[in-house]
Amino acid sequence: MLTLKLAYKNLAGAGLRTWLNVFVTALSFFLIIFMSGMYQGMEEHSLNVMIETEIAGGAYWHPEYDPADPIGLEDAHGRPPTPIAGLISEGQAVPVLISQAAIYPHGRIRPVLMKGTIPQQTVLDFPSSALADYEGSGIPVLIGAGMAKSNSLKEGDTFIIRWLDANRTYDAQEGIVVAIMKTENFQIDIGQIWVPIDRMQTMLSMPGEATYVTYAQGLDALSEIDGWILRDAAYLNRHMVAALDADRQSLPILYAILLALAAMGIFNSQVLTIFRRQREIGTLMALGMTRTKVVSLFTTEGGINAFLALIMTIVLGGPVLYWAATSGIPMLKLYGMDEGEIAEYGLIMAPRLISTYSVGLFVGTTILVSMIVLIVSYLPSRRIAKMKPTDALRGRIT
Amino acid sequence: MIKILLNITLLALIVSVLSAQSVQPTAEELIKAIDANMSAENQVITSKMIVHGRRASRTIESRSWMVGNDMAFTEYLSPPREAGTKMLKTKDKLWTYSPQTDRIIQISGHMLRQSVMGSDMSYTDMMEDRPLLEMYDATLEGSEMIDGRKHWILYLDAKVDDVPYPKRRSWVDAEYLLPMKEELYAKSGKLLKSATIGEVMRVEGRWYPKSLNYKDELKRNSKGTDWIIVTIEFDVDIPASRFSKAALRK
Repeated sequence: MLTLKLAYKNLAGAGLRTWLNVFVTALSFFLIIFMSGMYQGMEEHSLNVMIETEIAGGAYWHPEYDPADPIGLEDAHGRPPTPIAGLISEGQAVPVLISQAAIYPHGRIRPVLMKGTIPQQTVLDFPSSALADYEGSGIPVLIGAGMAKSNSLKEGDTFIIRWLDANRTYDAQEGIVVAIMKTENFQIDIGQIWVPIDRMQTMLSMPGEATYVTYAQGLDALSEIDGWILRDAAYLNRHMVAALDADRQSLPILYAILLALAAMGIFNSQVLTIFRRQREIGTLMALGMTRTKVVSLFTTEGGINAFLALIMTIVLGGPVLYWAATSGIPMLKLYGMDEGEIAEYGLIMAPRLISTYSVGLFVGTTILVSMIVLIVSYLPSRRIAKMKPTDALRGRIT
Repeated sequence: MIKILLNITLLALIVSVLSAQSVQPTAEELIKAIDANMSAENQVITSKMIVHGRRASRTIESRSWMVGNDMAFTEYLSPPREAGTKMLKTKDKLWTYSPQTDRIIQISGHMLRQSVMGSDMSYTDMMEDRPLLEMYDATLEGSEMIDGRKHWILYLDAKVDDVPYPKRRSWVDAEYLLPMKEELYAKSGKLLKSATIGEVMRVEGRWYPKSLNYKDELKRNSKGTDWIIVTIEFDVDIPASRFSKAALRK
């Protein structure tokens, strides 16, 4: 109890120095939680967006389909096997047919991937229904905001689409932009145009064919798929997870810098305190205070420092953390970008990024910061153990 | 040698018959005459390809060795960036070699739709070597005077499925027996590409294009790609080794 009282008095006596140390520690504390929450929120958001707009429960790929091999795309189409076709007719799966094509927006040639899907599908969350509403003679085309921006296209614009059909014969027709989707998933936006699948099957002379079939979330995988390849959500997400993991590697460096700043402040303060309080320490030791108690006094001071930092983080940083977790950080506004620009950069970014914090994050960060503060408080006070009370009283440190 | 003499005799015969401009040839005769004019047992051509871009034009010089319609080897001579790039076509296969990467790549699948050196010509356009009569039903639509010269109008409609352009229309000069202008159409009837012969020259008793403009008609304000023949030699000896993959790295 005496140690605690003394520690408190010493901290209070140090005044501004103590509060500066507490502030730096609290800032580190806050930034670690804030950044981790932001990353966690970004990861959850990216994966959710991909699952909702592109992956759903998973997909059945045509045996020749490999998204990383554009050369093989020409042969990657066929009629889905009966069990998969059954899912499609029940509305629990959606076929996608892909073909290389060239478009001529404003008379300039652009290579694109033409993707056909069922306009009325409900498996994926993207506005394919816009394709069903068009009744003109051209090919209704749905594009993303990124694609629209990079090609200066807007709703109602027309352009020629040129493609090679199954017989490798050229065909071309006018396409009309019936809708521009503001999707956060650049993978269904950049370099692609979406058209109704039945129209595309006719255009390509590939009746009833698809490149892959995406099935709804919560469905069990089929076993009889006649050579088609099952790709579950984890497989289809793997690149995004790997990218986020790679990005996360830089976080520990940032944390280390923040913690080092806080630790240095406390360490310096403790060294200075020991230098300035030699006589007091010598007196305490001469009056019978053991070396262990003296060391524990300084370590307790560090502990109180960490505790005050935690309180300061809750009081000052808490509202910010709460705001980030409820209203979200307006990322697009912060970067001064719109959805189209974000898609062009190949990023999935929420218009308002909702941070997510786990109990583990709070407990882990508290333990980590407290341990570091205690260690840097303990290390300088070890010197006291080597001090003779007589030297301390004379103001000498050995 | 006998084959070469026979070809020349055949060419002379067709040309003499069809050059009598008052005689209306059949579509088949016209195509045969064009083929006889344009093809040779083998030929070596040095040419310039001028690719017109929106801001600037690029000139690419190359030398090609060709045997019939299905064997060709091209080496790019300039500009320095393209120099040393080689291309080999043997029947239905096409390889390119790039000295920068020291790699031979087979152009296949969707890559065949890409343009050759940024020009308006695709690899698919370059690969087509089947005789026209094998792929199309030809109809002679009539004649037209262009720049004071009589041209036969030839319409070709695909009779097989696997042709890149299902419809073509050619304006064949009645004297030169060359398709001075050709339009290539998509299945929907949309005009996709056009080829226009600018100048012709007389080489070894036959008329041959000296300059040609090939244009992607879907591009707006495009000047197309010019192809100019600098030198041409017919029926020269070309060793078989010229058309091997090994020759690409030499």
